Amino acid sequence: MNISKRKIILPAITFVLLIVAWQLSIDFFKIPNYLLPSPKSVLHALYLGYVEGTLWKHMFYTLQSTVLGYVIGCGLAIMLGAALAEFDVLNDMARPYVIALQSMPKVALAPLIIVWFGFGIESKIVMVALVCFFPVFVNTVVGLRETNSALLDLMHAFSASRWHIFTRIKLPGAASHIFAGLQISIVLSLIGAVVAEFVSSTRGLGYVVNSAQVNMAVDTMFAALISLAVLGIVGSFLIGLLQSKVVFWNRQTGSTTMDTN
Amino acid sequence: MRGAAVTSLDAVRAVRSAQREPVLEARNIRVTYRSARGNVTALEDLTATIGKGEFVSVLGPSGCGKSTLLRLISGLMPPSDGEILLDGRTVAGPRPDVGIVFQQPTLLPWQSVLENTLLPVRTLKMNVSQGTAEALQLLRLVGLEKFAQHYPNELSGGMQQRVSIARSLVHKPSLLLMDEPFAALDAMTREHMSKELQRIWMATNQSVIFITHSIPEAVFLSDRILVLSARPGRLVQDLRVDLPRPRTTETLGTPEFAAYTNSLRQLFEKLVKFE
Repeated sequence: MNISKRKIILPAITFVLLIVAWQLSIDFFKIPNYLLPSPKSVLHALYLGYVEGTLWKHMFYTLQSTVLGYVIGCGLAIMLGAALAEFDVLNDMARPYVIALQSMPKVALAPLIIVWFGFGIESKIVMVALVCFFPVFVNTVVGLRETNSALLDLMHAFSASRWHIFTRIKLPGAASHIFAGLQISIVLSLIGAVVAEFVSSTRGLGYVVNSAQVNMAVDTMFAALISLAVLGIVGSFLIGLLQSKVVFWNRQTGSTTMDTN
Repeated sequence: MRGAAVTSLDAVRAVRSAQREPVLEARNIRVTYRSARGNVTALEDLTATIGKGEFVSVLGPSGCGKSTLLRLISGLMPPSDGEILLDGRTVAGPRPDVGIVFQQPTLLPWQSVLENTLLPVRTLKMNVSQGTAEALQLLRLVGLEKFAQHYPNELSGGMQQRVSIARSLVHKPSLLLMDEPFAALDAMTREHMSKELQRIWMATNQSVIFITHSIPEAVFLSDRILVLSARPGRLVQDLRVDLPRPRTTETLGTPEFAAYTNSLRQLFEKLVKFE
């Protein structure tokens, strides 16, 4: 069995085993359907949701706020991170406040954000952007500051412009770090969207989970949770794909040439 | 008989030195750093001249101010006192007419070997098509013409360092600074690279300042060896190495080679005792 087949077959085996254990434990312990739905009823809920179509609009709503918030949050994080890494004055001015905001649990701000940005999708986008911001921001700053000092000396000796050094040397060098932040933020973005939907929403997968709780529709809850997990996996995969295209030099294993003296 | 031979050698030296135009002149260089524990003198009253096409090693214990010397010559910092002239002009700021090779290859992993070699051409906004021709020729010289489109992480450490040597020469610098370029390589590769460097140097007639901790490496490669002491860095000896070129593996086994390395070792022993 080669590696790529292994990577498909082994998780598939785990999946089948989990489903069997799930069904068996329901049969054996006689767990009622309103506590733990059977795999079959979850499948039925998914069928109702995506074939008959009641879940699509919620899924798109969550997807929309997540993607928009992610792009805004990560974009701002890279720009601000770059500004702080490049200009010491900005760094000294902003750093304590950035750390203060970072150590605050962002989900605790959800009610405030609803007050400020309303019940619509805007508040969800802001929430997602806020939780996405910090991992990317911190990684951008660290990545840009880790530029090999010998290489910077060389560039200064050649009187290279600051812009040239930034775009040609620092930014590509920081790309791996930035992508690590982007990966973390994918997961956080979904958490942000769901929390904002919990607090106040009439649409979205978070809303579905929350409202299903009221009428004990646990199978619907499972269907929404599985949808969220799939969104997370797909997002993470896409970022990984982008990373391997952009930071292509890290794919091959080999000695890194950027280690400092 | 012996005395006569030495005298004639001296005469040859005198003629050779006289013929050589200086590429670098350091006059009474002093560098002091301000630190928490007061002023630290890194270099003290250093005066030296390096001729065009000369291969000069700077040999010294750690703390002899070698990296300071490198930053001074490339114009990244000014001396506290004294003056440095490169090609007859005072070094007052970054000077693009030096090439630098570091201990690490410091290549850009996201650029091909050719693009890495072209880095100075692009930074100095030189003619790219001429630069490319020059870069390819240099890659041929360092034996990597087949790897021009490869990426650095596909190359071994020795090969990467050869790319960085090609990069340091592509803008035709008047002086090449090498800061322990082979220190990060394993012993076998290191010896091989010394021979390679000699070959490259003989082919380009490039003026070189080669900073090293290794006595055999310095003797093998150099026309002259400047020995510095540690803290503060002072010029202790200016030793001319008169071994025929090209030097080979056999050279390493000759009594002349041993005489040079031994005298340097004894000098270092005295330097260390002195402290």
